[in-house]
Amino acid sequence: MLAFLGRRLIQSVAVLLVMSFLVFLGIFAIGNPVDVMIDPAATPLERETAIRALGLDLPWYQQYFAFLERAVAGDLGRSFVYNEPALDLILTRLPATLELAVAAMVMAVALGIPLGLWAGLHPGSWLDRTIMAGSIFLFSMPTFWVGIILIMLSSVWLGWLPSGDRGETVSILGVPFSFLTWDGLTHLFLPAFNLALFKLALVLRLVRAGVQEHMSSDYVAFARAKGVSERRIIGRHVLRNILIPVITVLGLEFGNLLAFAVVTETIFAWPGMGNLLIRSIQVLDRPVVVAYLMLTVVIFVLINLFVDLAYSALDPRIRVGGRA
Amino acid sequence: MTPRKTGRFLLTSAMLLALATAAQAQTLRVGIATGPTSLDPHFHNLGPNNAAMRNVYDRLIHMDANMRLQPGLAVSWTPLDNTSWQINLREGVTFHDGTPFGAEDVAFTISRIPLVPNSPSALTRFVSRISAVEVVDSHTLILRTTNPSPLLPNDLAQFSILSLETTEAYLAANPGIAPSITEIDSSHFNSGALAIGTGPFRLVSWAPGDPMVLSANSDYWGGAPAFADAVVRPIPNDAARLAALLSGDVDLIDGLPTADIASTRANSAFNVFETPSNLAVYLHMDSDREISPFVRGLDGSEIANPLRDVRVRQAMSMALNREAIARVIMDGAATPAGQMLAPGFAGASDTLAATAFDPDGARALLAEAGYPDGFAITLNGPNDRYVNDERIAQAVAQNLSRIGIRTEVSVEPASTYFGAATRLEYSVMLLGWGSSTGEQGSTLDSLLRTHNSELGHGGANRGRFSDARFDEMIGAAMQVLDETERNAQVAAAAEYVIGERFGVIPIHFQMNFWAARQGITMSPRADNYTVLSEIGTR
Repeated sequence: MLAFLGRRLIQSVAVLLVMSFLVFLGIFAIGNPVDVMIDPAATPLERETAIRALGLDLPWYQQYFAFLERAVAGDLGRSFVYNEPALDLILTRLPATLELAVAAMVMAVALGIPLGLWAGLHPGSWLDRTIMAGSIFLFSMPTFWVGIILIMLSSVWLGWLPSGDRGETVSILGVPFSFLTWDGLTHLFLPAFNLALFKLALVLRLVRAGVQEHMSSDYVAFARAKGVSERRIIGRHVLRNILIPVITVLGLEFGNLLAFAVVTETIFAWPGMGNLLIRSIQVLDRPVVVAYLMLTVVIFVLINLFVDLAYSALDPRIRVGGRA
Repeated sequence: MTPRKTGRFLLTSAMLLALATAAQAQTLRVGIATGPTSLDPHFHNLGPNNAAMRNVYDRLIHMDANMRLQPGLAVSWTPLDNTSWQINLREGVTFHDGTPFGAEDVAFTISRIPLVPNSPSALTRFVSRISAVEVVDSHTLILRTTNPSPLLPNDLAQFSILSLETTEAYLAANPGIAPSITEIDSSHFNSGALAIGTGPFRLVSWAPGDPMVLSANSDYWGGAPAFADAVVRPIPNDAARLAALLSGDVDLIDGLPTADIASTRANSAFNVFETPSNLAVYLHMDSDREISPFVRGLDGSEIANPLRDVRVRQAMSMALNREAIARVIMDGAATPAGQMLAPGFAGASDTLAATAFDPDGARALLAEAGYPDGFAITLNGPNDRYVNDERIAQAVAQNLSRIGIRTEVSVEPASTYFGAATRLEYSVMLLGWGSSTGEQGSTLDSLLRTHNSELGHGGANRGRFSDARFDEMIGAAMQVLDETERNAQVAAAAEYVIGERFGVIPIHFQMNFWAARQGITMSPRADNYTVLSEIGTR
């Protein structure tokens, strides 16, 4: 177990290093942030001053090594645009995104697994056909379009839910959360639902396929012959087996939700990390973009770790460490 | 709880609730496309920042909706001689924390502006003309300039005034945050500790990218604002911002998308406010190099740069159907332009109209210049900077192709485009220019004066246009202290350099649009700033 964790750690550091290098070089190649940020009427002297103030007068490798040196000490640099530590900027927005991603995931799982189960157990029924057709619909509609339609429908026409923003929040240990107030919940529902739709389709299709496959397998037939109740076969045996691929996919998808909920956050003006990322890319705010993607790597590494641990909990034959 | 206590409790709750609703009715909720990046008024010279600062801070001189100068913290400004100005300050003004406003605050502000740490775009230009600040008494200043600087008042209208006393007290209480009061960084403004001005609203809370929450300064010298509280939310997505207005989540939005103007106007629950802006969209041409990177013969061969010929530039201007671009592409949200600032602004010509659409005349002129069959160019432009920029570029390309100048369009995000344009990598560029000083002289000086980085002339002259007569005209005009006379000379220079030499080809003036629910009024500003104290009810 310890060796496994150690190996994971070394891999993660290597990925972080490569990632920082690629992002750094990529943004460096796009252009000089000063050209985007400075007032077009600025004098050449003002431009020079700004370039020096942001440390952009050095050659790229010197900038990169200076960045690495500080990064080792835990300082990922200051945002060019906001003049605040890049990591702080991102972390203060992490709870909002986390809340949104978790809410979306809960919706996707709470609806996706029962619907998938039903469809898998009754293949060919009218409900199965409706569910499957609906999931194709959910898959193929672009998020931004669905988001706008949701806003038009429930905010503008019906006037039931607010069109954006986070609403009233309650602080727990200094971290604001929306889901604890009614106002916050009404704000959370639409963006979370919008994010959940695609994942919902994914989950229910995975579950349906898994159920169909396992219901016709030998161990189910054997259990039936033994007289185990149908309820126990599904709940105790089948569901457990099909959850492994579902968890793998959900883990990755959760990482995606956290890191790249950009479109939904923009449309619903949700003050999360994605909103910050898109704005930072537009103005080439390099420290924020680099710090963001580094954080993304860390998130994915952690999620993968949890997924591995979840496997072994679900199926004791799988041992963390690779030797099954 | 006894019944009586319960009754009292319920009563109090009901009263509190009623109070809360009454207060809520007085909260102004605004949705804006882009929020500020800092609350340090001297950190980032950027439209959204400058707009937000106007809620919390005051300038010495204010600009009204049409960018005319009005008294702000200064009640009068008079030139004593060519290089000195006497500024008389407003009496009885206090900052939000109660410290009185006076001449020392102005001197402190001017000394801080060039020193703001890590500024990506400082406001230094607006104080660089000032060589000395003399405090005569608590409410009188003399500003000395190195050269005759008739536009000093326009500069004084750009920067917010901070309190010396507040800043000193803050540094004394937090020693170690900076070596001196002029070097305190923007984070202390973002936290709200130093975001203390004399303006119409006090800051309640803000964080990068989050809504700005404000409460009215009821003692404001210009009269208390119409609303007790205000929340300004950045909603970058156009459709979402409009939806927020339509659903009643906000009272007013800026940047109404051009495609939605007609439907919003038709909706009786909302009002649309509009005004011509200080932003002109124009073409800048490489009129300097013998060989220009994106100019080719029709067979793809390298040719001598035809854009250096004034007849070719004039033909390009005549080829543009500006009326159609304004009507079809901009949905009427633009007016054809013949110069860089609309008539009515300082230094704009009353007679310089947009070049008339005349493709036959343009073809004849091209033939006269030696290009009867035309040539080939690439028109470069941004695709995320100006309203409908990419579609404008395509329309311009079609217009030019019609007279034989085969035009390809190449657009890219602003983050790469402007750098490349400044490095002179392009031949014909679609650009926009918003005159922050509301005056055409400095615009012409930046865009068309012979480029000279030491003297600071032609800083944005991306076509490297150069004309000795124009240099002389604009140089002389910018020394004239008398405003009327200076404006007349600037207008004459514009008539020459744009109307006769076609140094740049203006296309149109963008219009600014706001939409608000019924019952909200505002004065739409040419500089596109949403200033809360100018929003009222009826």
